[in-house]
Amino acid sequence: MVKILFFAGLREALGTGSESLDLTAGVATVGALRDQLAARGESWSALANMKNLRVAVNQQMVGFDAPVRAGDEVAFFPPVTGG
Amino acid sequence: MSVSVQEADFDAGAEIAALSAGRDDVGAVASFVGLVRADKQSEVMPPAQPGAVSPAVGADGTAPVQAMTLEHYPGMTEKALEAIVTEARGRWDIFDVRVIHRVGRLLPGDRIVFVAVASAHRGEAFVACEFIMDYLKTRAPFWKKEETAAGGRWVDARESDDHAAGRWEAGKKNG
Repeated sequence: MVKILFFAGLREALGTGSESLDLTAGVATVGALRDQLAARGESWSALANMKNLRVAVNQQMVGFDAPVRAGDEVAFFPPVTGG
Repeated sequence: MSVSVQEADFDAGAEIAALSAGRDDVGAVASFVGLVRADKQSEVMPPAQPGAVSPAVGADGTAPVQAMTLEHYPGMTEKALEAIVTEARGRWDIFDVRVIHRVGRLLPGDRIVFVAVASAHRGEAFVACEFIMDYLKTRAPFWKKEETAAGGRWVDARESDDHAAGRWEAGKKNG
């Protein structure tokens, strides 16, 4: 099971801020997880189409080739705009 | 605690004073306060009905920002800010650092962010303060949503912020 979080404009586009999901065999990276979610279609395609989508695993920003394992917290979000 | 994420406002003067309280080795405190800008214009969401134009929207398709809501990623935000402070400490000879970032709904003129750095001499304090702000803008998980009379709009990240943060990569020592 992985906990998946969505923030800001992505959270609004998807209509949800979080979900828990059992990792499917073959989904070994956060990029593969993104592709699996985006393949749900409709609003989920935002995960494939959002410009400069960012991802964090266990609260550290990583690249889309980073591994994902059961128990991880994975967050997808747009580029940050604080300060 | 050197890093705070909070809805409440802060007292910049009190925070600056606290950085040198009870010690005599601080020769400089550099600080930065970020505010919600009142004059900022926002691109407006398309009208709900064709031809319908809000009276608040100017002919140029912009409307003044009335408020701003800051969302963040609780847990990661604090870790990211602490990592930025640790990075600054590794680069420059500085004493205490204070970072405060507000979240929630803020109005034009409200304070959003505070960074202050104490050191023996001004050079390190100035440069570390600027570095922390530049990294905060690109690495700390905050998102701004602007409110205008015509609706809400998530603020786009600015390339100039990436460039500002990137300057520090070139100057980084030890890889």
